Amino acid sequence: MDPSYQQFCDTLNRRQFIKKASIGLGVAALPGSLSPLVASSQPGLHFPAKAKRVIFLLMAGAPSQLDLFDYKPGLEKLHGQPLPPEISRGQRVTTMTRGKKQEICASIFKFAPQGQSGLVMSELLPHLSKHVDDLCLIKSTHTEAINHDPAKTFFCTGSEMPGRASMGSWLSYGMGSLNENLPNFVVLASATWSGKVNVQALYSRLWGTGFLPGKHQGIAFQSVGDPVLFLSNPEGVDRNIRGKMLDFVEKVNTAQAEITGDPEIQTSIAQQEMAFRMQTSVPELTDLSDEDESTLDLYGPEVGQSGTFARNCLLARRMAERDVRFVQLFHRGWDHHTALPTHLRGQAKDVDQPISGLLTDLKRRGLLDDTLVVFAGEFGRTTYAQNLTPGNRGNYGRDHHPRCFTTWMAGGGVKGGISYGETDDFCYNVAKDPVHVRDLHATMFHLLGIDHNKLVFPYQGLDQKLTGVEEAHVVKGILA
Amino acid sequence: MLLSKNIAILTTVFALHPFAAADTSINFNRDIRPILSDKCFHCHGPDEEDRKEDLRLDIPDGKLGALTPRDDYYIIKPGEPEESELWFRITSDYEDEVMPPEDAHKAPLTDSEIERVTQWIKEGGAYEDYWAFLPPKRQSPPPAEFENWNGNPIDRIVFATLKSNGLQPKEEADKRTLIRRLSFDLTGLPPTIEEIDEFLSDSGSDAYENLVDRLLDRPAYGEHMARHWADLVRLGDTNGMHKDFHREFSPYRDWLIRSFNENLPYDQFISYQLAGDEYENPTRDHLIASGFNRLHMIIDKGTALPEESLHKNVVDRVEAFGTTFLGLTVQCAQCHDHKYDPITQEDYFRLYAFFNNFAGNPETVREPERGLQPPYINLTNPKQDQKLAEYEARRHDAQIRLEATARKERISEKWPDANKRASIPFIASETNSQRVEFRYSVDLESKPEAALVRFFAMSKVELYINGHHIGDTRASEKGAMALVESHLQAGSNTIKAIATGPKEGFALRLDYRIDGIEKQVVTSPDWSTRTGKNEAWKSARISTGDGRNNKWTETARSLASLAISRELDQIDADRRTFLETIPAAMTMAERVPARQTFILTGGAYDAPGAPVERGTPAFLPPMRSESDRATRKDLADWLVSTEHPLTARVAVNRFWQSLFGVGLVKTSEDFGAQGEWPSHPEVLDELSSHFIESGWNIKKLIKRIVTTNTYKQSSNAPAIEYEQDPENRLLSRGSRFRLDAEAIRDQILAVSGQLNRTLYGKSVKPPQPPGLWEMVSMTSVNSTYIPDKDDNIYRRSFYTYWRRGMPPPQMTILNAPSREFCVARRERTNTSLQALLLMNESEYFNAAKETAKLALGKTRNVEDGLSLVYEMITSHLPDQDRLDLMKETLASFRESYTSKPELAKAIASSEDQESTRDPADLAAWTLMTHSLFNLEIAKVRR
Repeated sequence: MDPSYQQFCDTLNRRQFIKKASIGLGVAALPGSLSPLVASSQPGLHFPAKAKRVIFLLMAGAPSQLDLFDYKPGLEKLHGQPLPPEISRGQRVTTMTRGKKQEICASIFKFAPQGQSGLVMSELLPHLSKHVDDLCLIKSTHTEAINHDPAKTFFCTGSEMPGRASMGSWLSYGMGSLNENLPNFVVLASATWSGKVNVQALYSRLWGTGFLPGKHQGIAFQSVGDPVLFLSNPEGVDRNIRGKMLDFVEKVNTAQAEITGDPEIQTSIAQQEMAFRMQTSVPELTDLSDEDESTLDLYGPEVGQSGTFARNCLLARRMAERDVRFVQLFHRGWDHHTALPTHLRGQAKDVDQPISGLLTDLKRRGLLDDTLVVFAGEFGRTTYAQNLTPGNRGNYGRDHHPRCFTTWMAGGGVKGGISYGETDDFCYNVAKDPVHVRDLHATMFHLLGIDHNKLVFPYQGLDQKLTGVEEAHVVKGILA
Repeated sequence: MLLSKNIAILTTVFALHPFAAADTSINFNRDIRPILSDKCFHCHGPDEEDRKEDLRLDIPDGKLGALTPRDDYYIIKPGEPEESELWFRITSDYEDEVMPPEDAHKAPLTDSEIERVTQWIKEGGAYEDYWAFLPPKRQSPPPAEFENWNGNPIDRIVFATLKSNGLQPKEEADKRTLIRRLSFDLTGLPPTIEEIDEFLSDSGSDAYENLVDRLLDRPAYGEHMARHWADLVRLGDTNGMHKDFHREFSPYRDWLIRSFNENLPYDQFISYQLAGDEYENPTRDHLIASGFNRLHMIIDKGTALPEESLHKNVVDRVEAFGTTFLGLTVQCAQCHDHKYDPITQEDYFRLYAFFNNFAGNPETVREPERGLQPPYINLTNPKQDQKLAEYEARRHDAQIRLEATARKERISEKWPDANKRASIPFIASETNSQRVEFRYSVDLESKPEAALVRFFAMSKVELYINGHHIGDTRASEKGAMALVESHLQAGSNTIKAIATGPKEGFALRLDYRIDGIEKQVVTSPDWSTRTGKNEAWKSARISTGDGRNNKWTETARSLASLAISRELDQIDADRRTFLETIPAAMTMAERVPARQTFILTGGAYDAPGAPVERGTPAFLPPMRSESDRATRKDLADWLVSTEHPLTARVAVNRFWQSLFGVGLVKTSEDFGAQGEWPSHPEVLDELSSHFIESGWNIKKLIKRIVTTNTYKQSSNAPAIEYEQDPENRLLSRGSRFRLDAEAIRDQILAVSGQLNRTLYGKSVKPPQPPGLWEMVSMTSVNSTYIPDKDDNIYRRSFYTYWRRGMPPPQMTILNAPSREFCVARRERTNTSLQALLLMNESEYFNAAKETAKLALGKTRNVEDGLSLVYEMITSHLPDQDRLDLMKETLASFRESYTSKPELAKAIASSEDQESTRDPADLAAWTLMTHSLFNLEIAKVRR
């Protein structure tokens, strides 16, 4: 082994790594560079935490709650009839259906009670149905935005206007890191999906930091090339040479620090060392060769293919094992204005077995207890049909619907096998126990030991928080 | 554990806070207002909605005022804290008495804050008008006290502050540091070795000043200044929403660069942007600049509600106006009165009304042509104008001919049913083919007096009668017709048609009149077809393919008209292609009649309340207007009036920030009550009022700042000073901070000799890792980043294409903003991803090799070479220790590459290998320069 490379590695091992660890505090007004608290297995920022980390499954495009979770047998009789005005109350709709008839459209899919809890699930989710006793379905989720871009921005950052900090960056800021060799907040976006219609865009602001320090930014893992941008050494540089180079850089930087007195130099050195370590820790994370057949099988056949939702679910489990705080999966292709049955079938197939595999895998490793899994679209879909083919029951679409939709949570401190909140018989309005998206945010934080009113950051004269200026409530009814 | 640690830190910070301890007497604006604002104003401030207990702590007098005695008690009794309810509440131990209350989610006052409030009441509890809302005044600086820090009021004020904090200024930085600092601060580029030598050898007393002048004269100065402005006004290359289409703003960027270089006075600079379109006889520059009002995010048509999009655009414009010019968070008054500043919700909508009257649409079309949305202007030169005029003339001419043709042919007079719907069978050949001939013979007893043929094909068809070429038509023309009596004859007549194209189906009807009797021929299975010239003729079949058009006779036009229409289409296509080469700028324009603005209840676009007219907040000087309805130009004039307290301060503060890393007011986006107290209010006032007096002369202001001794100080300081004042708010040393992403990349390109210094033009696309756009794009739309191939990839980073939904990672990893919203100051964090970027980005690594080649081309001596690359990259010379370390490292690299030649070859391409000695040598030198680019001193401005 080359002496200076060895020397550099020794330095790394000797050093108590990252003395100025990257934890934020949630306590306002501390100068940025003075937050030297090292995260440990703390009991939570404000009170004891049930969950240490989150895996957030965002179904971008908005899946239909009517065809997946919220069973409305009564609609069968009303199929094809206009939605009564006392239900729709003249509430705004998108430009796509403005001024058009609102014909009630019953789902063509079969629903049946599942598990001990007897929660009713659609036939499109056979694998997930086996886990109902771990799921907490929230059927009364609602939001304001009626279009994808603002709705996704709201779900991910608590505001429809861009510029706020995303959920994961808040968590990174408030809770700090549990694994200094990996990013704290990772984004995994599917590169393939079945519903090839009207695939809605994503934006890097969905995992941005807004006003929070940039280091809390979500790191989007790539399905092609380096999983983390610029991770691999350039051609012609191997690890040995990289070690020599960093050894030199560190020597010069250290000498410079003696002249200048600027402690930022130490941070630079630490970050270069962390980069060097990430060059092994990330490939180790994404290398699936140590997974056995039976594990791979859990996630379904697509797990072998990079960029699939299945692969990303398995990666999410590996990240949970390594204590990445917040893993956010994006799966696109759910915007079914036309031919919903065909496309939804495909989309459901994309995610059903992988999510089931993820839950099984987390559970058998004891990780589900302190990992919160959340499943959501940015809003729901309408009870009335769009782009109907006359005479063909199996060919309908549904428009955007923010007034009620189903999300679910599992693991880390939520009750399993329950359904929370109710929608009316039409699945148009919330009938009982409404849960705004900001309530969902507040609840998620609560499970992580964070008081959403106290995790704040001063910006533009306000104590900014994920839940914004409107009141938000922890949904007590779903806490285990 | 966690909590107690926090408190420990908080206390330490306060004890060391530069502005708390220096001066023992209480200054209301500095010491008290921030506490009251943060802890109390939410419920006892300007906003009526949330106000509790008929008490305002933001004002002293009036019924609700803090100094007004109540029936049987005092809120604040001057001189007697213990008699003051305020003091009692902030010091109470009881949960239901203490302020701020638990449910306000505010931390209680710290001991030191309580102490300050107590002392303030003891000293009389006097209020002062809010500093930032009073006009800046020239300062009479404190007496001269320190060596050569005497010539300049700025230095004298700074020195006085240092002295009262028990600090001494640092000595002037060495000349190498100074030229490097100035070059980056004024141009965003490092100095070349020649420039360093020139400066070092200039021993004149005005050497430094001359250097400043040289740098201010460089075109790179304008690019650098414009780049800061771009963050502020969120200048991007795409819509930023939904499908994130291209949005063209390069002329606006070019105008920014030119304006800074030509030193356009700041008052005009902002007036053009706000209201260039409202100048009398606006120039091109006026109009281009007014594109400022178009820089907001915008959605494309389809799903959003246009009225909601309209509202969001206006909100975005108001926020930009507030942040950019006023340095106030006016957007906070959108749903309710401002909680901290005296901006009412009505004020907000009065400002909103200025931006609520845009003449264009609130949403763009799908894939806007050239990235433009009306209104816009084409930025043509005279030659291009001439060419456009030619297109126009040709178009006009064709149009006239088209009308004349219709008049001449008079088809509808001769054949009144020519455009009535007629059911005509479509025929096709037996087998599908790209080319099918049709034939039919008709016997006529005599030559017809009149004849009309109408025909149509699902792809394209050419028609012949008795060998005469009648004409051709394609499906998109929706039917053709012609008068053909001259081609018909007595006896046998042959109609022949050749259909080409993928879709089958041909239909024809011939009407003719003989002796006043009308007869017809229509396509039918009686027609013959063949697919090749040498094939036998077979019977046609009726075409049954879908999509038969049975309405084409209604839309059929004469072949003569069609020919001219084709000519018109060609003219239009040529014109469009030509326009692609012409830059164009989106502009602002007022709608007529004006749109009424309403206060929107709760800030919701669909909840209009009372109507409001354009106006400015009452706490600022009045706005003058000569028309019934104030214009944006009035608003601009108001901003730059000499009595406006904010405009100059906000601008000066940002220029200061770009030179010191942090503003005199740290919160450069917020000069309101929640903003931070300025570190040196007198410096800010002195510079601001002088700035106005100078005619808003930006270069003069910059020069004034960089020629201070304050600016020229060395950044070397004991570690304790960095710990106590990490951001150098006290200015006890030269500032030291990491360079912006653009400067880091531009330096790499400049040093390696690759930088393409072309000014202006469209945004460019240097390579980025694959897959990024795909990850976020809607399928098939704008979904792939195609990097440029030519030397556009080496343009300055300011020209890099900025997709707002996925900006270039080389920039964002180093804290560049997404340009989706206004950013008045970039933050700087130090992350491992930045380390990875600089270690592994392929172009950056390649530049290291180019740098090594440059150096090796100049000297063959190892020490000279090392010294040279060190100087190229850091602007300094290595001392002997460092040189030894470099030599040792270079040797070690060489050893690695000699033992692993395949690695060396991966670096030294065949082309490189021809020009140098040994691949291992070039690889080792490459790693050496690469290492230097990764040094702290290469990335930091100090």
